[in-house]
Amino acid sequence: MPEFMWFALLAGCGVALMTGPLGSFAVWRRMAYFGDTLAHSALTGVAFGLILSVNVNLAVTVFCLLLALLLVVLQNNRTIATDTLLGILSHTMLALGLVVVSVFANGWVDLYGFLFGDLLATSASDLVNIAITAGIVLPLLIWLWRPLIAITVHEELAQVEGVPVAWVRTTLMLMMALVIAVAMKVVGVLLITALLIIPAAASRRLVKTPEQMAICASAIGMLAIAGGLAISFYWDTPAGPSAVLCASGFFALSLAKKPAL
Amino acid sequence: MTDALKPPQSLIQATDLCLQFGERQILNNVSLNLNAGEIVTLIGPNGAGKTSLVRVVLGLQAASQGTLTRQPNLRIGYMPQKLHIEASLPLSVKRFLQLALRRKSADSLPVILESLQLTGIEHLINNPMHTLSGGETQRVLLARALLRNPDLLVLDEPVQGVDVAGQSRLYQLIADIRDQRGCGVLMVSHDLHLVMAATDTVICLNQHVCCHGHPSSVTEDPAYLELFGQTTHSGIAVYTHHHDHHHDIHGDVEVSDSAAVHESGCEHTHSPAHNRDDKEHRHA
Repeated sequence: MPEFMWFALLAGCGVALMTGPLGSFAVWRRMAYFGDTLAHSALTGVAFGLILSVNVNLAVTVFCLLLALLLVVLQNNRTIATDTLLGILSHTMLALGLVVVSVFANGWVDLYGFLFGDLLATSASDLVNIAITAGIVLPLLIWLWRPLIAITVHEELAQVEGVPVAWVRTTLMLMMALVIAVAMKVVGVLLITALLIIPAAASRRLVKTPEQMAICASAIGMLAIAGGLAISFYWDTPAGPSAVLCASGFFALSLAKKPAL
Repeated sequence: MTDALKPPQSLIQATDLCLQFGERQILNNVSLNLNAGEIVTLIGPNGAGKTSLVRVVLGLQAASQGTLTRQPNLRIGYMPQKLHIEASLPLSVKRFLQLALRRKSADSLPVILESLQLTGIEHLINNPMHTLSGGETQRVLLARALLRNPDLLVLDEPVQGVDVAGQSRLYQLIADIRDQRGCGVLMVSHDLHLVMAATDTVICLNQHVCCHGHPSSVTEDPAYLELFGQTTHSGIAVYTHHHDHHHDIHGDVEVSDSAAVHESGCEHTHSPAHNRDDKEHRHA
C-alpha cells in the first residue's frame, strides 16, 4: 500500500475516533443542522484565511470556534426558531464562502477539494493537526462525559442537580467546531454532517448504553473510512464520498437488526 | 421532643416576586414561604405562572423583582413536568437514575433499588427510558428526585397522566415520604380543585396569589361524592376557592367584595375557557 494511503487511513481513523462520540451527541441532541451550519461556514473561514494570508487550517478553526460561540449566544435569546436561524446562517455562510473564494482566490484554491474532501492528499502536517485535536477533544469528552449525558437527558434537571449546564453545553459546541474544522480534510464541508450522523445512527441498534454507542460509532466510522479508501483505490472514486456511502451501507445493514435496548 | 419546640425551619422564603417577559407580566408580587415538613400545592389556570414560579424557586429563572432566600446548602429533588428522551439514546432506567448520584459507585445499586421500590417500579430497572408510559415516567422521575435525599421536593404536576386511583396512591406516597424524611414539598397541581389531601397550604395563583388556604377532605365534599361516590381515594382532597374578586369575560379583575381591593394593578389574561372554569368555583 502506498504511503499516501497510510496517511489517508490514519487521518480518517483519527477523525472517526472523534466523530463517533460527538456524532452520538449530535444524534441524541438533534444537532445535525448545527453541524451543517458549522461545516458550511468553514468555507468562509477558508476564504478569509486566503484574503488575510494566514494559515488556512488555523483560519478555519478559529472561524468555526467563533461561529459556535455566536450560535450559543443566539440560541440563548430565542427570538427566531433555532432551525430557521441555523438554516439562514448555514446557507449564507456557504454562499459567502463560494463568492469570496471565487472573487479573491480564483485559481489558487481547489474548491472541489474543500467541498468534497481531499483525503488522499493528507500531509504529515494534517496528521499532526488531527492528532493535536484528538489530544484535546478525547480527554475533554471523557472528563465531561457524565455531565454531557446529564444535560442531554434533561438540561433543567441537570442544572438543579448542580451541573454547570451553560459551560458544559458551550464546551460541547466548541468541541464540535474543532472536529468539524479538521474533518473538512477528510470528507469536505458538504459531507461532514454525514460523518457525524451516519455512524452514530448505524450503531444505535447494536448497543445498550450511551458509551457503547459512542465507541461503536467510532468503529463504524473507521470501517467506513477504510472501505471508502479501498473503493477509491480500486475504482478511482473520490475517497470522502465513498467513505460516506460505506457508512450509509452500514446503516442500512443495521436496520436488519432488532434494537438491543 | 425538643424538635417540636424549635421554630419551623424556612427552606424557601420568597417575597414579592415579579417576573416579566417583555410586556407580559408572568408573576406579580408573589410571596411564598415553605418550611421543612410542609407541603405547599400551587394551583391555577393554564398560564397562571405556576411553572414560572417553580423555575424561580429552583433558580432556573431569575425574578425581575423581589427577593428569594433559600436555606444554605438546600438539597432540592426536582421532578420536571415533562421528560422527553430521544429513542436514539440507549438509556436504561437504572442508568437514568445513576445520573442523579454524584459518582458512579459500586454501591449505587442498592440506593437505586430502594428508591424504585418506594415508587413501586423496581421491575422497570432495566427497561429503556423511551419505552416507558406516562405514569411510569412520572414514577421514575419521582424516584430520581428522591435519590438525592432532598431537603425540598419540587414536583411539577407529579400525577399528570396517571389515573385517579394511581393519583391517590402517588399522593399517599409523597405524603409518606414527607412524614418519614421531614422534607418540604412544593407541588404544582394539574387540577384546579382536587389536590393532595396531605397538603398544608394551597396557593391559587393567577399571576398574583388569588387566595390560599387549607384543603378540605374529599369525603366531606358533597359535589365530589356525587361525582365519584363513596370511594376511598384518600390521598385526594378538594380545595374550595375563596376569591374576593372575579375575573370577567375579558379577564379583568372585578372586585366582588368591597372589603379588599386585591392587587388592583395586575392584569389578568384569562381566556374565555378559563372564565368558564372560574364560574364553576364556589366563590365565597
